[in-house]
Amino acid sequence: MSLRSPLGRVLGSGPAKGGSAHWVAQRLSGVALVLLGTWFVLSLACLGDVSYQQVSTWLRSPASSVLMVLLVVVAAWHSSLGLQVVVEDYVSSRGTRTAVLIAVKFSLVAAAVLGVLAVLRIAFGVAA
Amino acid sequence: MAQRERPLSPFMQYRWQYTNTLSILHRITGVLLSVGFFVLVYWLSAVAGGAERYARALACLGSPLCQVALFGALAAFCYHLLNGVRHLFFDMGLGFERVTARRSARVVSVMAVVLALLAWVALRHSLGGGA
Repeated sequence: MSLRSPLGRVLGSGPAKGGSAHWVAQRLSGVALVLLGTWFVLSLACLGDVSYQQVSTWLRSPASSVLMVLLVVVAAWHSSLGLQVVVEDYVSSRGTRTAVLIAVKFSLVAAAVLGVLAVLRIAFGVAA
Repeated sequence: MAQRERPLSPFMQYRWQYTNTLSILHRITGVLLSVGFFVLVYWLSAVAGGAERYARALACLGSPLCQVALFGALAAFCYHLLNGVRHLFFDMGLGFERVTARRSARVVSVMAVVLALLAWVALRHSLGGGA
């Protein structure tokens, strides 16, 4: 039998206090992605073909480099926030949930860094 | 002695409606797009890797299986974008009336299919595996 009071048992176990920042960030990044995602698809369609020449010339321009870095970072952020909610909703075991969340966040951050690095390499012409 | 009827969660009692389908599809397409994000990074890395590496990546992305997956990603993108905007209106407290919610659901579903097909036609000649 526990000697803890009913209030003491529930304090600190709820999802309260930090939820609104997550909620706002999800919406804010969503609005940004409406613009960035539309830009990306329209630009690809306007390229005509995705030959190396066309794509690298397009990505090398300052405007597309900046927008592409933003797309990669914001998409990873939005994805991380969204997948977190999905995992928290469907993975009930606490240990597995934490492990999956860590794996998801690590791989998204790694992918985002790879993506940004790729855009910078294209922009600064490190590759031949 | 008969077991007493236990109360059920609300989600166990509500009749399934097509607005529910849209809601769960938003999640499913979101997860699919997260996978698509890794493909985007793969593609960018290939461009950064030079002409030869890019040609190999393009040949891989041009395979029939990848083309189907790419179309799926494009459709998921169109749907998630449109339904995301619908959800932004919900977040502002707008469009909750049953008639409005159902009408916006229809508009989003139809527009997603139309936009996906249009975008695919626009991109098809360029995404045809470099052909």
